[in-house]
Order: sequence, then structure tokens, then C-alpha cells
Amino acid sequence: MLNVFHNLEISHYIYLSTVLFSIGLFGVLFRRNAIVLLMCIELMLNSVNLLLAAFTEYMGDANANGQMFVFFIMVVAAAEAAVGLAILVMVYRNTRKTDVSFLDQLKD
Amino acid sequence: MYRKDKFGIIKTSKMSEISSLPLQFLILSFITILSALYVVTSKNPVHSVLALILTFFSISAHYILLNAQFLAIVNLMVYAGAIMVLFLFVLMLLNLSKESEPIKSNLWGIAASIAAGMVLITLTAAFQKSGIAVMPAPSEGIGLVKNLGRVLMTEYLVPFELSGILFISAMVGAVLLGKRDKNSEELVDLNNNNNA
Amino acid sequence: MNPIILILGLPLLGFIINGVLGNKLPKIVVGAIGTAAVLGAFVIAILNWSIISQPENNTINLDLFTFLQIDQLSLKVAFQLDRLSIWMTLIITGIGTLIHLYSISYMKEDEGFYKFFAYLNFFIFNMLLLVLGSNFLMMFFGWEGVGLCSYLLIGFWYKNEDYGKAARKAFIMNRIGDLGLLLGMFLIISQFGSLDYSVVFTQIAAGNTSNSMLTAISLLLFVGATGKSAQIPLFTWLPDAMAGPTPVSALIHAATMVTAGIYLTVRCQVLFALSPLTNEIILWVGLGTAVMAALVGLKQNDIKKVLAYSTVSQLGFMFVALGTGAYTTALFHVTTHAFFKALLFLGAGSVIHGMHHEQDIRHMGGLKSKMPLTHLTFLIGTLAISGFPLLSGFFSKDEILTAVFMHNKVAYALLVGSALLTTIYMFRLYFLTFHGQYRNHHYAFEKVHESPINMTLPLMVLAVLSIVGGALNLPAYLTHSEGFLFNWLKPLFMIPQSIHEIDHSTEYVLIGIAVLIFVTGFLIARNIFVTKATIPAETSTGLGGLLQNKFYVDEFYHKVFVRPLEITSSILHDLFDGLILRAFTFGIFPLLKLIGRLNKKVQNGNLEMYLLYMVIAIVLLLGVNLIFA
Repeated sequence: MLNVFHNLEISHYIYLSTVLFSIGLFGVLFRRNAIVLLMCIELMLNSVNLLLAAFTEYMGDANANGQMFVFFIMVVAAAEAAVGLAILVMVYRNTRKTDVSFLDQLKD
Repeated sequence: MYRKDKFGIIKTSKMSEISSLPLQFLILSFITILSALYVVTSKNPVHSVLALILTFFSISAHYILLNAQFLAIVNLMVYAGAIMVLFLFVLMLLNLSKESEPIKSNLWGIAASIAAGMVLITLTAAFQKSGIAVMPAPSEGIGLVKNLGRVLMTEYLVPFELSGILFISAMVGAVLLGKRDKNSEELVDLNNNNNA
Repeated sequence: MNPIILILGLPLLGFIINGVLGNKLPKIVVGAIGTAAVLGAFVIAILNWSIISQPENNTINLDLFTFLQIDQLSLKVAFQLDRLSIWMTLIITGIGTLIHLYSISYMKEDEGFYKFFAYLNFFIFNMLLLVLGSNFLMMFFGWEGVGLCSYLLIGFWYKNEDYGKAARKAFIMNRIGDLGLLLGMFLIISQFGSLDYSVVFTQIAAGNTSNSMLTAISLLLFVGATGKSAQIPLFTWLPDAMAGPTPVSALIHAATMVTAGIYLTVRCQVLFALSPLTNEIILWVGLGTAVMAALVGLKQNDIKKVLAYSTVSQLGFMFVALGTGAYTTALFHVTTHAFFKALLFLGAGSVIHGMHHEQDIRHMGGLKSKMPLTHLTFLIGTLAISGFPLLSGFFSKDEILTAVFMHNKVAYALLVGSALLTTIYMFRLYFLTFHGQYRNHHYAFEKVHESPINMTLPLMVLAVLSIVGGALNLPAYLTHSEGFLFNWLKPLFMIPQSIHEIDHSTEYVLIGIAVLIFVTGFLIARNIFVTKATIPAETSTGLGGLLQNKFYVDEFYHKVFVRPLEITSSILHDLFDGLILRAFTFGIFPLLKLIGRLNKKVQNGNLEMYLLYMVIAIVLLLGVNLIFA
């Protein structure tokens, strides 16, 4: 497996990550369902994770700092998903909606 | 610098850049992007979740390609397993599986596409300008549990413990938020009245 | 310690103590502090008399600090006590002490008692600043300070709107004069590069200055003097200033402040002596004021108004003296006038006090028996101002008349007429107040009472001074030498005063005329107001109406100056305020509202919009970085 990506350059992973990130961003902007929104955010986080892992490999970092970062991002993402979903459940319980367009009470 | 491998890069002069890429990477990337697109375009949130799980699987495969075996497993367990199941569970709980989402206007779709496209272009341009071109310098076994565990327990010990605290607080917060408050309904009614 | 510090500092200290702590102290303490402060200044001035009177050392100087240093121009806070200053200081603090003492009783029931004494002390301080300053700037500070105090004291009973208006009128009229003074000072700076008396006067005396410049400066200073000393055309504020409490009228608007113009002219004697044109103008302005005010005084019914016009008229006499170059005579008349006019005002105040704030002489009469002391002293004052032989006013007025006779016969004739009128209106006032039938139906005759001792004591002191005040400058025909004041001021004048050489026969004729004037005036007044017992009618017609309405000067000023100003203001108000400013202020409001509405569109609380903004911002930041980095 190892020699597989000796034909690959880091730029390929950068392009892939950028595309994934943009798709996630498009989803965040386009979708109204808060749950899908959260999913898109997870997608964006994962694109970043992928890039970090790629850089770890290509920079030849013996301490694997990049992978450590990925690890912590996962931790934070998990916590964020838990809290975010809890909030969503409560919002839904109170308003019967998960559409973010209706969550505009901040303006007052 | 190119080494021949069993997947064979045929080094003929007519070969385009894209065809010289390893087949695994191409296939995986294709699956990843397609499923990601399906995540954002599917009307049914449950389908979105399933597509996202597929995306995560392919990203895990990418990790394996990148010599990050531990991350691949963790990604599967935490994201595809725990978090996505949680999403699915919430969707079922709230009974949102049907296509209940109101459709946004075309205008908004165009605006979102343009914005996302702009980000894509800007990021790509930024990369182009930076001129990063790092060739692989393989470091074997870096992504193994043994290696990562050592780093985690020495250099990253404090952040590791702190992440534990973060989890506890997130758990407590989620429980608190999820608990049905006796007064909350009246409170919200009051708010609604005020807004009306 | 330098005596000037004490002379200036004591009234200032009194002002500060009374002003800050006055409302917590009992009234008697407040009055005592106020009186003691002025008395202290008086005593210190007396003690330094001997130093000043020595020929070789007749000035005490005090240089405190440099107030302003602009290139070559250095404005100092500096004072000098010379023969003229100490003379004025003694008048100010001496009469000031008596009037403070008098005020303790007069203002006894006023709630602003401590304020009154604080203002009075502050006035004394400023007046001393005016006369003690050794440059024009210090004098100007005092000049403005007394104007301020005058304003505060005229409007002392500020709850009465008319009094407030009178105060404003006095202030504004004075400002017009002050402008002249200020311009004069600017001219002095540009011409001589200094405001110090010594520097300026030495340069003028050296004779290097052009005549036109001297005339311009002296005319501008004279404009300042007309404001403060109530001459035509700026005299109308003084009669209105009678709105203030009577002691204020006596101190400020009769004895001291209004003579500031005379002081200024005497101080700048060298300047005025070299400007013949200005002298001529001063003479005729003073003459006009003297005659006109005396005419108006004939028909006034308010006891204080009569005295006010009398003051204006007497100030006119002084300016006539200045115009003829008789500076000592003017200062002599300032002194005697301070005595008898303060006496008359305080006497009037005593009458008003005894009559429970009745000021209309038509409602008085027969007070002779009820107020013997007031009556006696008032009579002395009347005799003195009318020129009863051998009283103070007789000598000073006679000197003025003699000086004018030598100068211009027409002016002399007019001034004699004015003196005759003086005698008539003063005796009219005296007879209507103290003789005849009691005519007030609102206030029982039995309740009319004599004033307490600390009000009558100043009256008696001033009465004595009014009698013997003439001794300060006895004429040559009695002593065969120049008068005391003449010799006292002699070293001060850089250009010697002309001593009017006059043969004795002419002089005796002039004295005879003066006595004749008095007798005639007295007989006319007695005939009308005692024998015929005429009571002035409510309104007069014809010439009388003209006089009663003060020649309609106020109305004239109102039509010529005030109305156009008002019309201009209202046009500006409608045009500028109404259209332009309104358009601005009320135009900005909808603009802000629009901006707010647009902002609200942006801040609509829509999560997606915020996200979009964020993305746009990121793209912009990165884009800018890419393009320009």
C-alpha cells in the first residue's frame, strides 16, 4: 500500500479537501434543516481532517502532530454534535420546527 | 523520483496527469465527492445521513492510503458509528424522516453556489500562489496505535485530559438541554406572545 | 507687607467668606465681616497717606506677575498707589464703609442678605482694582468687574422681571462703552507697545505721537467713559439702575462706579490734554447731558429716579469740567458729589424704609416731623447739591462754572441754566417729601418711623462731610493760594493744568450769579410746591409730558436700535432657523431612520444570511490577501 501514493502529490489531497469543504459550505448555506446543517458542518470538519492527515504523511513528521490534531478535532466534533443535537431537540420540542429560517429571534 | 508500482503508472508521453493518478485515489475521491454532494442535495434527511456515512467510510479509506490506520478506525467508530447514529436517532425521534424541508428559492441556491464556488476558487488560488509542492517522505508506522499512543500519553497528555473534561461537560450540557423543563413551555409561550 | 495687597485683599476676602459661608452665618456676622473688610481697607489707605504725600516717594508699586507675554508685549498684573489712586481709594472705601453699615439695617429682612454683602464686597474689590491698577489691563479688569457687580446688584431682586430687564439694560449699555474702551486699548498697544501707564504717558508726553492718533485714542476712551459714567448717548441705563436696593444706588450708581469715567480721564490727563478736539466733544456732551438730565429730573415722581437724573446731570457737570481742562475741579466735584449724593440716596433709602417701600413722592409729604434726622440730613444734602454758599457743592460747582466761563460763554449760560434746574428739582423733591400734607392713603401716617441708628449714623457722617467737603479744595479768593486737592494732584500731571487767571471783580460777579441761581431756584420751588402746594399730576402734557417721558430717548433707542435688531433676528429666525436648520435637523432624522431600516434588513436575525456574510467576508479577506500580498 505504501508505495501507492508516491505517485500522488500533496496537491491532490488539497484539491480534494477544498472540494469537500466547499460542498459542505454550500450545504450549510443552502439547506434549512438544522440537522442537515450540522451534518454539513461535520463534512467540512472531515475535509480539514483529511488534509491534516495528508500533511502529516507528506511532511514526514515523526511525532504525528497533524494526526494528533485530527484526533482532537474529532473529540471536539463529537462534543459539538452531542450538544448541538441536544439543542436541536429542545428547539424542536418548543417550536415544532428544525428550520433555521424561523430561528430569527436574535434580531429583537 | 517516480517509482513503478503494481498499479502501474505507464509512463508514456501521451498520458494525461489525471490518468497517471492511482486508481484507488481516483475511485475513492469520486465516491467521496459524489456522496458528499448527495448529502447536501438529498431532500430526505435520512438519505443525507446515509450518504454522509458513506462519505466517512471513503474518507477512512483515504486515511488508510495515507498511512493513518488508527485515524481510519477512529473515524469509522466515532463518526460513522457514534455520531451518525446519533444523527439518525434524532431524526427518527423527531420524526423528520419524510421530506418536510421547505424548498429554498432558486435565488438562494444560486447565491449559495456562488459563495461556495468563490470559496473554492479563493482557496485553490491561495494554494496555487503558496506553491506548496511536497513530495512524499514516507515515515512508516507513524499512524499506528503504538506510535500515536506514545505521543498522546507524553506530549499531548494535558490536552488529552482536557478533552476528557470537555466530553464530560458536553455530556452534562446535552443531558441538561434534553431534560424536559416544567416551565419551559410556558416560557416559550410567553416569548411567542411577545413576538406576536 | 505691601499695603496694596491688604487694600485689595480684604474686600476680596470678605467676598469669599460671605459668598461661600454666608448662608450659614448669622446676618449680623455677615454684615460685620462685610463692613470690617471695607473699613480695614480704608484704614490701611489712611495709614499710607503719609508715605504717598512725601514728594520724593509718592508711589507704592506692586508687581505681582506677568499675566500674558506675547512677543514684546508684556501684560502685567501690577498695581500702584499714587496720589490719584489713594484719593479714589479713600472715597470708595470710606463711603463704602458707611453704606455697608447702613445696609445691615436696610437689608435686614432680605433673604439674600449674605449675597448682597458678598456682591458689595466684590464690587469694592473690583472698584479698587480699577483705581489701583498700574496699567490699562488691570483697570479694564476692574472696569468689567464693577460692571458685573452693578448687573448683579441692579438685578438683585431678580424675581421681579422688570428689575432683571433693568440689569440687562445696564449691562448691555455698558458693553457698548466697554467696546470703545477696548478698542482704545488696542490702539494704545499698537501705538506704544505697552499698556503700562508710565510707559504710555511718558511716550505721549514726549510728543512723538501724531495728533490724529491721540484724538482717536482719547475719543475711544471717552466712549468707554460715556458708558460707565452715563453720558449721552449711553445714559439711559442709570435711571433704570435704580431697580437695585437703595444702598446700591448710593454706592455704585451715584458715588463711585459712575465716576470711573472721570477717573479714567483724569488718569489719562496727558492724553486728553493733548487732544483739543476730544476736549471740545467732552465739553458739549457733558453739557448736553447736564441740561437734559436736569430737565427730565424736573418731572420725575419717583424719589430715586429724581436722584438718578440728578446724578446723570452732575456727571455731566464733571465732564464739562474735564472738557475745559480743569481736571482737579472734576475730581473735586467727584468727591463732593460722592458725599452729598450718597447722603441723598441714603436719605431717600431711609424715607423708603420708613414708608415701607413707597417711592412715589406724590404719596409722601409732611415727613419732617416723623423723621427729624433724615429730614435734617436730607436738607443738608439738598443744600449742598444746589450750591448753598459755603457748603461743599457750592465750591465745586462754582469752580466748574468759573472754568467754563473762561472757556466758552455760551456753555456757561447753558450750565447756569442747568444749575438753576438742579436747585429747582432738588427743592421740589425736598418739599414734596418732607413738607405739606401727608398724601399716602395706603400707609398710615402714624406708622411712618425714623430709621435705626446704624442707618442714621452714616447719614450724619455724610452730612458733616457734605458741609465741610469744600475745604478739600478751597478757592483762591478765600485762601490766596491754590486749593489742597490742586496741589495734591499737581505732581501727577505731566502737562501742567492751566490755572485760570481771572480778575477778582469777575470772580465776585460769578459767585454772585451762583448765589443768585440758588436763591432763584429755591424761591421758584418754594412758590410752586409750598405756597401753591402743587402736587404733580399723574400725566403731563406738552413739554411736561416730554420731560416726564425722558425726551422719549428710550423709545427712540427702541425704535432705532432695538426694533431693527428684533426684526433682523426674527427674519434670521424664520429663514435660518426655520428653513435651513430645520431642514438639517429634521432632514437628518429620516435619513438616520432610513439607514436604520437598511441596517435592520442586514441584521435580520436570519442565520443563513449571517453565514453568507461570513463567507463573503472570508472570501474578501483571502482575496485581498491574494491580490495584494
